[in-house]
Amino acid sequence: MSATPQSIPTDIFGKPVNPQKGDSYLTHDRGILSWLLTLDHKRIGLMYMVVILASFLLGGIFAIVLRTMLAMPGANQANHASYTDEQLAQISVNNDFYNQAFTLHGAVMVFMFIIPAIPAILGNFVLPMMLGAKDVAFPKLNLLSYYCWVGGGLFFVWVLGKGILNTIFPGMVEFWGSGGLDTGWTFYTPYSTSTGTAATAAVAGVFILGFSSILTGVNFIATIHTLRPKDMGWFQMPLFVWGLYATAIMQVLATPVLAITLMLLLAERMLGIGIFDPALGGDPVLFQHFFWFYSHPAVYIMIVPAMGIISEIMSVFSRKRIFGYAFIACSSVCIAIIAFIVWGHHMFTSGQSDLLNAIFSFLTMSVAIPSAIKIFNWLATMYKGAIVLETPMLYAMGFIWLFTIGGLTGVYLAALSIDMHVHDTYFIVAHFHYVMVGSMMFGLLAGMSYWWPKMFGKMYHEGWSKVAAILIFAGFNLTFFIQFIAGSLGMPRRYATYPPEFAIYHHISTLGSYILATGLFIVLGVWIHSLVRGRPAPANPWGANSLEWHTKSPPLHANFEKTPLATDPYDFDDWRWDENVGGYVMNENTHHEEKTAQTK
Amino acid sequence: MSTANANHAQHSEDVRQPQLAHHFDTLEQQYSSAKLGMWAFLATEILMFGGLFCAYAVYRGTHPEVFLYAHHFLNTFWGAFNTVVLLASSLTMAWGVRAAQLGNKPLLVLMLLLTLVGGCSFMVVKYIEYSDKWEHVSHHGSGSFSLFAGSRNAFYTEEGEFTDPTAVGQAVRYGESKQHHDEHAIAHTNQAGDLHDAPAKTLEHQSKHATEQGHQIVDATAAKTLDFKSVQTRPMPTDRSDIRRPAPAPQGLSEAFEHIGGIPAPYETLADAGTGHSVVTWEDLDDRQQGLVSQFFQIYFMMTGLHGLHVLIGMGLITWIMIRALRGAFGPSYYTPVDLVGLYWHLVDLIWIFLFPLLYLIH
Repeated sequence: MSATPQSIPTDIFGKPVNPQKGDSYLTHDRGILSWLLTLDHKRIGLMYMVVILASFLLGGIFAIVLRTMLAMPGANQANHASYTDEQLAQISVNNDFYNQAFTLHGAVMVFMFIIPAIPAILGNFVLPMMLGAKDVAFPKLNLLSYYCWVGGGLFFVWVLGKGILNTIFPGMVEFWGSGGLDTGWTFYTPYSTSTGTAATAAVAGVFILGFSSILTGVNFIATIHTLRPKDMGWFQMPLFVWGLYATAIMQVLATPVLAITLMLLLAERMLGIGIFDPALGGDPVLFQHFFWFYSHPAVYIMIVPAMGIISEIMSVFSRKRIFGYAFIACSSVCIAIIAFIVWGHHMFTSGQSDLLNAIFSFLTMSVAIPSAIKIFNWLATMYKGAIVLETPMLYAMGFIWLFTIGGLTGVYLAALSIDMHVHDTYFIVAHFHYVMVGSMMFGLLAGMSYWWPKMFGKMYHEGWSKVAAILIFAGFNLTFFIQFIAGSLGMPRRYATYPPEFAIYHHISTLGSYILATGLFIVLGVWIHSLVRGRPAPANPWGANSLEWHTKSPPLHANFEKTPLATDPYDFDDWRWDENVGGYVMNENTHHEEKTAQTK
Repeated sequence: MSTANANHAQHSEDVRQPQLAHHFDTLEQQYSSAKLGMWAFLATEILMFGGLFCAYAVYRGTHPEVFLYAHHFLNTFWGAFNTVVLLASSLTMAWGVRAAQLGNKPLLVLMLLLTLVGGCSFMVVKYIEYSDKWEHVSHHGSGSFSLFAGSRNAFYTEEGEFTDPTAVGQAVRYGESKQHHDEHAIAHTNQAGDLHDAPAKTLEHQSKHATEQGHQIVDATAAKTLDFKSVQTRPMPTDRSDIRRPAPAPQGLSEAFEHIGGIPAPYETLADAGTGHSVVTWEDLDDRQQGLVSQFFQIYFMMTGLHGLHVLIGMGLITWIMIRALRGAFGPSYYTPVDLVGLYWHLVDLIWIFLFPLLYLIH
């Protein structure tokens, strides 16, 4: 699409609006306190964006550190007979550093980026507007949830970061005390109850982060139930709302189990209560059951909102009504339900009985059904559509690719015999990176580039953002596809070093991670450029019809000038491309409110 | 403020009530939203305690004898008393919500006050129970329950031998005030049939003695030589050979699942034929189980402690709405906070209803 520079904001009919009245949520109040104490869901969404992307950067830096260390395994190898004692000591330090680095990477990425990112950033920003509401149901709770995140997150990063810093600057231990965590993000007992690193403080940090998740979930459930327009039934909601609803249910039902698990872990470390300690009559596998009862739904907490975003984008950028709306909506809820009964597949090798293994194997495979329903419906939506390859659509198509690989290898891993073989190898690493990182990150990037004009009222550079999307896709696949091969050949995960025959796989993987990082930094550059130099965004740059596009970009403080009526989010007939506005405008002869009323 | 369009205007009042937040159209919408949010939050509470109950179930399932033995040290009377108190406070809370709906301010304040009194008495009783448990858990030196040691040697004496806390108390008494004890024991035996909480009472008594004597360190050998019959206030089977020892406890969930149907029922075999009540004594526990008795108390402290924390939070909330009620904030059109705090209080009550039998009434 040609970009027509124009500086006067317009309403949805393409008519210029008076700049004096061009008040937006960004300019409504001024001053740092008006942001820090805001109850506006849009501002809270942006504040989440800053901190969550910062933790993504932190986790990403450590991903690169890990990949770089793995490209030079000699530095971590202790099997060389000619090594001096100093060299061996250095290798030991390196290995400790590696353990802490992969724990930090995993824990920060999971608890601070992947789980909260889409609901907290895009959900907060878009959900009330999609419902034509002025805010979420409990704005104060929303702010509290934000500060739970910030408090828990800062504490968590500080505790984990201290361990890293102490390894680099050993003299600083006296200054700020010991810290760090080397349990991996899963905190498995009995190691987590006996490790000398700061597992107690780290667990407390995750505990607080969990509250943020719970409060957001409660808020979204109440919002979706009670703040819909009066003429919007459940099956007139945009599919992203369905995705957020399924996510919120999982957040509310799963996270408290993590909370009590971590509390029992803390009690075991601090008070010597022996629920998980076999020496005290406890059962360490019980910890795994508890942990995965939360953490398996958490995997779907990551992916289901991303699926909602893809459903929106597929329809808008194919210029075609979504195919199989009700199936996509119900499959989200179906995934949320099945999420709670498949946790046992994480314990196939933990001494679970054969019967349980078989049951969990079967249940796990059944997740493929709702997932495949979504994939096929998206493909059917694209079929004979007028596909527009804008940046969000590139990411969405990348999502389908990555999720299909990640999902199919998931079915493969649900088969018991194969899981026994590849358990705790790079095959697993590759599988969950495809599902958790690849799919979720592509969903987030798709959503960010889709709603970016609405969030900031600025367009971004199409060319560079497409370059970034392609680089990220290529880099991601280069990094992780090769790990399937390494894993099936027996490369175990979480090791700082490996035999020489695995070197080629690690070198390729590391190269891919650099390409991936380059792409992500280009995205950052595109975004910053957009904020500084981007042309003002039209109210509706993509011709979408869900309610958030029925207001100005960026929206008003109260979202809408008047409470809108529900629209059909996948009916694009009322919008036409307007060259002068550089976006879509609504046909003036269409009074969609009347039209909606007539169809009732 | 009001930006509702013509279609919605009929639903919103001409003058917005002060309680109505800007993003809601009507008070009813705000009320249903808040109530739904509260129910969702209560679901999280139930799941959190659900995890704790699950941990309890697994631990009890793997070590039933330990729980059966150790629960005798909990005082059923105070537990039942607290149950009644909490149930009564739930009634007054519900009554208070009704008073708020009817706009009866004095009744609302009275009911909230009564609820608060209920919460206070619950916590006072909990304090009494805790300090009692604390006393003989932590004041018997190395030869008894050690609350925070949490280790295998919680029951070891310095000589490295197992001792029975009951027997330790007995040893103190044996030398110092035998007569007193005999009277005490007789008093217990005379209680008609229900001797269920006898060990707990005996122990209370003993711990008092121990305290009086300045935490006298007792020779473990002396404790072991004592005649247990004087401690047991009920007859024990004389021929122990016919008691089927419980199978070794399954060590993990997976094993537990495999043992379904195959676990011998230790309760039945150990049940006293005369009363149907089961009595597991210190002797019935093997060495490993004896070392795990303190775990029961830690689980007890964990579960009731978390619940007690919720009671305290609930009391804080009730105080808050009582102050608001005194200022006349609630009436038939707006009583959402009273309703929500009421829901929370009922949940706290409900959890106790499960905790009480699980911890105090084990058979």
